[in-house]
Amino acid sequence: MADAAALWISEHLAERIRAHGAETYPHECCGALLGRDASAVLESDRGKGTLTSSREILQLFPLVNRRDDSPRNRFSVTAEDVRAAEKAAGQQGLEVVGWYHSHPDHPARPSEYDRDHAWPWYSYIIVSVQNGAPLDMTSWRLDDDRAEFSPEGIEIRHRAAV
Amino acid sequence: MPVRVMIPSPLRPYAGKRDSAEFNARTVGEALGHLTTEFADLRKHLFTEDGKLRSFVNVYVNDEDIRYLAKENTPTKDGDTISIIPSIAGGGN
Repeated sequence: MADAAALWISEHLAERIRAHGAETYPHECCGALLGRDASAVLESDRGKGTLTSSREILQLFPLVNRRDDSPRNRFSVTAEDVRAAEKAAGQQGLEVVGWYHSHPDHPARPSEYDRDHAWPWYSYIIVSVQNGAPLDMTSWRLDDDRAEFSPEGIEIRHRAAV
Repeated sequence: MPVRVMIPSPLRPYAGKRDSAEFNARTVGEALGHLTTEFADLRKHLFTEDGKLRSFVNVYVNDEDIRYLAKENTPTKDGDTISIIPSIAGGGN
């Protein structure tokens, strides 16, 4: 759906995601991305042309990984946690535009398990944490047909988010 | 007064950008059936190919999880609100 998806995030928030991944290593971390999605505006501006999507992360909502059985390679956010994240976003005039999690000692690429448990529209940020040190950070969106994820460019804002 | 199904943000692009839809339905399964008939592109994001609700898709009737009621056979009455809330899951390998 999004031919030119871009996800804006401040340097500070990007660093907090990396730090969360390092903090929970060797377990996976997870959290919600709160922000604004501008794709509707851009779509109306562009009429029926190519869809372009842009969204900005303005706040994080760190969550506890509920997967006690295999937290090194799985994470789980309960529906109650999702509702709490949506409530927190709504109180600030934002919405939950995606989720982040870490891949301890694994590349920052979505797994089949990630794909099976995803919805389109959401941005899925993955940070790779190797030997406790956060490395690559990528973002992905599930395609409409659920067949695969498409990469979403992360644009770092080197100033405080407005 | 029919049953109202709330459509979560990620699925609105597949439902004419609507945030809710109303249907006459006697059960949750009927309501979801009407929803995915009217908006066919929604179906694959809610149900598996063999027609089962995806494991990470949670459905509530007036804040009650249907897993603890009668699942998709949970009866509905006029004025009920059905919510669809995902669990978020994933992992490295």
